[in-house]
Amino acid sequence: MLRLAPALAIGVLLAPVACGVLATLLPAFGYLPALGGREFTFDHIAALIDYPGIGRSVLLSLVTGLLTTAIALAIVMTLVSGWYGTSTFARVQHLISPLLSVPHAAAAFGLALLIAPSGFFFRLISPALTGSSRPPDLFILNDPLGLTMMAGLVAKEIPFLLLVTLAALPQTNARRSGQIAQAAGYGRMSGFLFATWPLIYKQIRLATFAVIAYATSVVDVAVILGPLTPPPLSVRLTQWMADPEIAMRFVASAGAVLQLLVTMVAILIWVVFEKLAGRLVASQRNAGHRYTRERWVRLAGLAVVLLVSGVIFFGLLLLALWSFAGFWAFPDALPRGFTLTNWGRVLPSLTGPLTTTLLTGFVATLIAVCLALACLEREARTGRTGGSRAMLFIYLPLIVPQVGFVFGLQLFFLGFGLDASWGALVLVHLVFVLPYVFLSLSDPWRAWDPRYASIAHGLGANPNQTFWKIRLPMLLKPAMVASAVGFAVSVGQYLPTLLIGGGRWPTITTEAVALASGGNRRVIGVYAFVQMLLPFIGFALATIIPAVLFRNRNDMKAAS
Amino acid sequence: MTGLVLEDVVIDLNGRELLRLSVSIAPGEILTVMGSSGSGKSSLLAFVGGFLGASFSARGTILLNNKQLNHQPPHERHTGILFQDPLLFPHMSVGENLLFAIPSSIRGSNRRELAEEALGQAGLDGFFDRDPATLSGGQKARVALMRVLVSQPRALLLDEPFSKLDAGRRDQIRRFVFDEARRQNLPILLVTHDAADAAAAGGKITDLDQ
Repeated sequence: MLRLAPALAIGVLLAPVACGVLATLLPAFGYLPALGGREFTFDHIAALIDYPGIGRSVLLSLVTGLLTTAIALAIVMTLVSGWYGTSTFARVQHLISPLLSVPHAAAAFGLALLIAPSGFFFRLISPALTGSSRPPDLFILNDPLGLTMMAGLVAKEIPFLLLVTLAALPQTNARRSGQIAQAAGYGRMSGFLFATWPLIYKQIRLATFAVIAYATSVVDVAVILGPLTPPPLSVRLTQWMADPEIAMRFVASAGAVLQLLVTMVAILIWVVFEKLAGRLVASQRNAGHRYTRERWVRLAGLAVVLLVSGVIFFGLLLLALWSFAGFWAFPDALPRGFTLTNWGRVLPSLTGPLTTTLLTGFVATLIAVCLALACLEREARTGRTGGSRAMLFIYLPLIVPQVGFVFGLQLFFLGFGLDASWGALVLVHLVFVLPYVFLSLSDPWRAWDPRYASIAHGLGANPNQTFWKIRLPMLLKPAMVASAVGFAVSVGQYLPTLLIGGGRWPTITTEAVALASGGNRRVIGVYAFVQMLLPFIGFALATIIPAVLFRNRNDMKAAS
Repeated sequence: MTGLVLEDVVIDLNGRELLRLSVSIAPGEILTVMGSSGSGKSSLLAFVGGFLGASFSARGTILLNNKQLNHQPPHERHTGILFQDPLLFPHMSVGENLLFAIPSSIRGSNRRELAEEALGQAGLDGFFDRDPATLSGGQKARVALMRVLVSQPRALLLDEPFSKLDAGRRDQIRRFVFDEARRQNLPILLVTHDAADAAAAGGKITDLDQ
């Protein structure tokens, strides 16, 4: 049973991506027997290229992906190099980690409520500074250049990149290297960037690719904050995929292939950029430049991170506020009163999607955690790790853009009559939940002192008893945190739920994003608030349950 | 013969020979294997206990009371081990640590009685429900020893178990461990780099550095 775990896990990660990409490629060239396409043709590709504004959509996706990743990485790099090892850093870390669990859509809605022309910011300064008691006529949300969308993406990418950086840090000798570099006259930042950053970057490279892939193909954030005329490629694709016109499926497939290319090109450009940056850093390092005047850069890095976290937290607060808001006219900073009417009105239609969200998240997470535990236990018993090839498998579903293979997967399921089934929905969630569960669980699991197992075996406990009675209880907290991470990922899934669920399995997230165009802030507030609350409850349970179970065991508190 | 016998044991690390050894340890006898760090002395214990890492390779025969251990899984070898750290299971109480070790053939209320008795022998009466984290270093070391002993091992492997104790308590714990193990008539394999350990053990000494 345990022997099969790695193969099963690789199957879960690889098969849907492979089948999905294949089932995207064939229809793109006209082959889809189920819908009457039996001959290979370039017609659909030609049709795609003829769509007005398609070039601009592609450019938007490409630039968004590269720019947001570069900015987020630069901010994380500045923060870590400028502040690692300080008490400020520890505090910022605590401030930022909860942001990771906030679903993208909720964060985007919060940002929208804050900075829209009729949002909180302009309410505060109106009419005093704007001189008008009407919302200013500004194109802030859905601006044609996608700046707001990029800001929203950067804000959500920072916590992710910071977290993977933090996970990579213990494997470097950051503190001592920093001391040596500073003793040699380097500044805190330049010392870190020269001595430690290259080692970190090597470890977070795949995560960075995942961010690029995500940002080049994001749908939910783009629907909420992104440009409308034309929208980024992924948003147009989603519209075509949902089009009742059968012929549009072919164009959508051609578009998905284009999306795969766009993401691939973005990553290739990034790799060139990596090489150049690496050379630049090396030449600066070899020239012995000390760069000790870093004070303003350090402070700016910290300020940006604080601003970003502040904006997200404040946006979430606004969501809660709107969900309870009574009459709230522009430019009042606060609603005239609070009411439960919004909740009362939304609740009946919310319970169905909520049940789907909870059940899907729970089952997908349970399967993912069992699989990850089985793989790690197998690794511990055989002493064989998957190495870098395993990491590639784990990152595969995160690096291939969702739009690029989930639509194909839907066509694939269609061929087997499994489309829009709940099982298919759980499976597609599992594809995205498993990598995060594995990444979250593997470090603490591998860091466990194997001498505990040697002792247990010496005492006569067999491997299974050792797993259930010693290792799993000792690592209960990381296992619960990994479950919470997995659940949060499942809750946040938009596109896979929309496509594979085929509209039959609406979740909190698909409903919330569908509300974006309607603009009813009170209903959006309720949905986005619930969407944000679910992961939060998961993480709260992951902290509380082990703390209660081991309340009389002091050494279990230190182990995180 | 009864006891622990190692015949022509050779341990290699990545193709380089670490140690070569043939010894026999009678019940109630202590053999001390001395060696500096990197001499492979801990890998010797790992080989006997059955948890040698993948980068090592080992040849030779391990006999415990005339039974060959080489192909037994670790949990069927009955070789109790003590490391430098007491490594009490942090999620269990002191008593539960002992209960975990007591063989399942002992049933019912006998289990708890045996655990209480072992704690009494270690001068830890009334510690059954204590959190291991609240014990002193010396107390933890004694619990760790009692945990091994109640599991009814057939041999005892000691991996520098005194090196992290403060000097004042080291002698006392050392004597306690040796006395208890001798009382149970176990063959004991002790690896250490501390000559004082070897002297206190009072048995044969093999020095890997020579």
